[in-house]
Amino acid sequence: MSRQMTGAEMIVEALKDQGVETIFGYPGGAVLPIYDALFHQNKVHHVLVRHEQGAGHAAEGYARSTGKVGVLLVTSGPGATNAVTALTDALMDSIPIVCISGQVPTHLIGSDAFQECDTVGITRHCTKHNYLVKRIEDLPRILHEAFYVAAAGRPGPVVIDVPKDVQFAVGTYSAPRGIHHKTYQPKLKGDRDKIRQAVAMMAAAKKPVFYTGGGVINSGPAASHLLRELVQLTGFPITSTLMGLGAYPAPDPQWLGMLGMHGAYEANNAMHDCDLMIAVGARFDDRITGRLDAFSPNSKKIHIDIDPSSINKNVKVDLGIVGDCAHVLEDMVTLWRSGAHEQDKKAHESWWKKIDGWRARNSLAFKPSTETIKPQYAIQRLYELTKDRKTYITTEVGQHQMWAAQHYYFTEPNRWMTSGGLGTMGYGLPAAIGAQMAHRDALVIDIAGEASILMNIQELSTAVQFRCPVKIFILNNEYMGMVRQWQELLHGGRYSQSYSEALPDFVKLAEAYGAHGIRCSDPAKLDDAIKEMIDHPGVVIFDCRVDKAENCLPMIPSGKAHNEMILPDEDDDIGSVIDDKGKMLV
Amino acid sequence: MNAPASPPSPYSSAIGKSNVESHTLSVLVDNEPGVLARVVGLFSGRGYNIESLTVAEVAHGEHLSRITIVTTGTPEVIEQISHQLERIVPIHKVTDLTVGGKFIQRELAMVKVAGKGESRVETLRLAEAFRAKVIDATTESFVFELTGSTTKIDDFVELMRPLGLVEVSRTGVAAISRGPERI
Ligand SMILES: Cc1ncc(C[n+]2csc(CCOP(=O)(O)OP(=O)(O)O)c2C)c(N)n1
Ligand SMILES: [Mg+2]
Repeated sequence: MSRQMTGAEMIVEALKDQGVETIFGYPGGAVLPIYDALFHQNKVHHVLVRHEQGAGHAAEGYARSTGKVGVLLVTSGPGATNAVTALTDALMDSIPIVCISGQVPTHLIGSDAFQECDTVGITRHCTKHNYLVKRIEDLPRILHEAFYVAAAGRPGPVVIDVPKDVQFAVGTYSAPRGIHHKTYQPKLKGDRDKIRQAVAMMAAAKKPVFYTGGGVINSGPAASHLLRELVQLTGFPITSTLMGLGAYPAPDPQWLGMLGMHGAYEANNAMHDCDLMIAVGARFDDRITGRLDAFSPNSKKIHIDIDPSSINKNVKVDLGIVGDCAHVLEDMVTLWRSGAHEQDKKAHESWWKKIDGWRARNSLAFKPSTETIKPQYAIQRLYELTKDRKTYITTEVGQHQMWAAQHYYFTEPNRWMTSGGLGTMGYGLPAAIGAQMAHRDALVIDIAGEASILMNIQELSTAVQFRCPVKIFILNNEYMGMVRQWQELLHGGRYSQSYSEALPDFVKLAEAYGAHGIRCSDPAKLDDAIKEMIDHPGVVIFDCRVDKAENCLPMIPSGKAHNEMILPDEDDDIGSVIDDKGKMLV
Repeated sequence: MNAPASPPSPYSSAIGKSNVESHTLSVLVDNEPGVLARVVGLFSGRGYNIESLTVAEVAHGEHLSRITIVTTGTPEVIEQISHQLERIVPIHKVTDLTVGGKFIQRELAMVKVAGKGESRVETLRLAEAFRAKVIDATTESFVFELTGSTTKIDDFVELMRPLGLVEVSRTGVAAISRGPERI
């Protein structure tokens, strides 16, 4: 149906037609017409953030927890530049978001007008695609196309920059029609022959391992179901990246835990020693592979990914299958079921035996204490006390993030939101707000560090305003713990600028914003304090005072291989494990 | 926190570093604002080389432009470049002409040479041998127009250097596959 309306009205109309119920934004001169159009309706709910970066991460949290496209609305100039970190974050972690930004009117573009910036120029490198809309005639098409591009194939952020005169201009709006993009048509189905070949390789494997990533989550819940089915059918062990947690249930015995720099010993050793690696929706990132020339030296590698450029980018594989995880996994399950596979039972038994040996090293162990709260213990208790609820976890970045990934057991996809690729401190609180806006009755917890939380603390005000009862669980170690740990590793324990000095009183801070504050430093009182947090109906900041000196282990030191991990009981002299080459790395 | 160029990073690709090749890529794009910036930005952002880049609209009605890029890298890097280019939304098609086999590359150059007396005769003699056309002449200078492969033009320019070469303007490489097929 076509109708005459202004550009601003088209934007709101397109949001409705795309099924968007909630957007996150912040007004300003260049988007006032859009805010006026929002004022005249009540279908699209607008959440007023306190900083545009917050809007971006909230849109990410919304997208990641629902599988839908998240939307943010920002003004020109500083509004757009403030969104850049969140856009980059979404690009790195393949999160579908659409950012609508205001721009100065077309006749002023290029004149260094007030609050003008080259938004498409700045965001070209941190978006999947972006548009500057110069004519009202193009606006409806671009709006619908943006949603398609954000969600199709490997998802990512898309910016639509709309000059103010285009928002005022009147034109003909048409609803989205069947999606056919003239150039962008990602391949969903995997090549049948290659899948057949993969299944044959899997049937013949003696020491196989599944290595799965965020692509499985992005592919939708069906992919996770099919993955579970395939893993059960084959009996293979499975590990996953930080971004892929929840696709396979962590309590299951075939689950080896997360892999990579702070992954489990059994997961990394299985990757190193396997004879067949089946990578599904994962991208062989440097946090995962460690030293490349020693990465899983004796294995054949199958790589399933929707993005052809991910295949053979960092690691050369033997069989690359381009396609959507769910589609390819479905074909694999069907093929596996239809064939009678003579698996080498003996070999599998001894492979599992080897894995059990690594497991017995208990690499996530820590020294318990009755004096101080160990951060790992805090996460374990948080898990135990929340696992039977519908719980969504977000994190900030640092040690607490890794402890959350190690010790919180995820059983469902879309329940875990963290900044993996970019490692953005300040992600967790706005992402939690985004997730909570989409799941009003769920328990949403931001597992935070005392340093990270201050990066977007202003969003507390958003949470309170919109009755978004997120729980901020701060593992307060009074340090930028991850920085301190690396300073121990690389710089002789010289803690240059990594002590969190002059911290606010987090309980009072919560109260100042109209939220509830809880503090706990006694392990014996921790359970009751966590229960108080869960039971409180509103926003909570939980200042959990933890051991200040704890390091996050196990760890593959930079520049080392999977089988060269530092284990928790070998960390006496972590200052001497990294060689000069490794010191160059991040 | 960038690692310096050497020693090589253990995180960087360990696969074949020595066999660097030159490849010519033909890229069909929607002729829309910013598309060239996307392509160039990809090369600079990911540290790929551009030896030559040319672009012009080839189908006006369809708003199609053809970009020809000559780049160097290992076969793995070249494959990455193609795949990365394919991810750019307004790109229709990326073809590696070098992998495809038979193709023709041409460049056009305008070469200005100044001189008097004996050297002018020698200049003209060589120009004729290269089938360069005189498109401007004064009593003390010539401008030659020359088309051919990159090496042919390089050779001509080198020969002109001692004869009074003033300046050179080159278009960069355009390329097309041999035979009846389109890319
Ligand atoms: C925006 C941003 N700036 C800097 C960093 C580098 N960085 C990584 S972890 C970290 C310290 C985080 O401290 P905290 O939030 O207290 O977490 P902890 O490691 O103590 O658990 C820093 C500064 C980052 N990841 N993001
Ligand atoms: Mg800290």
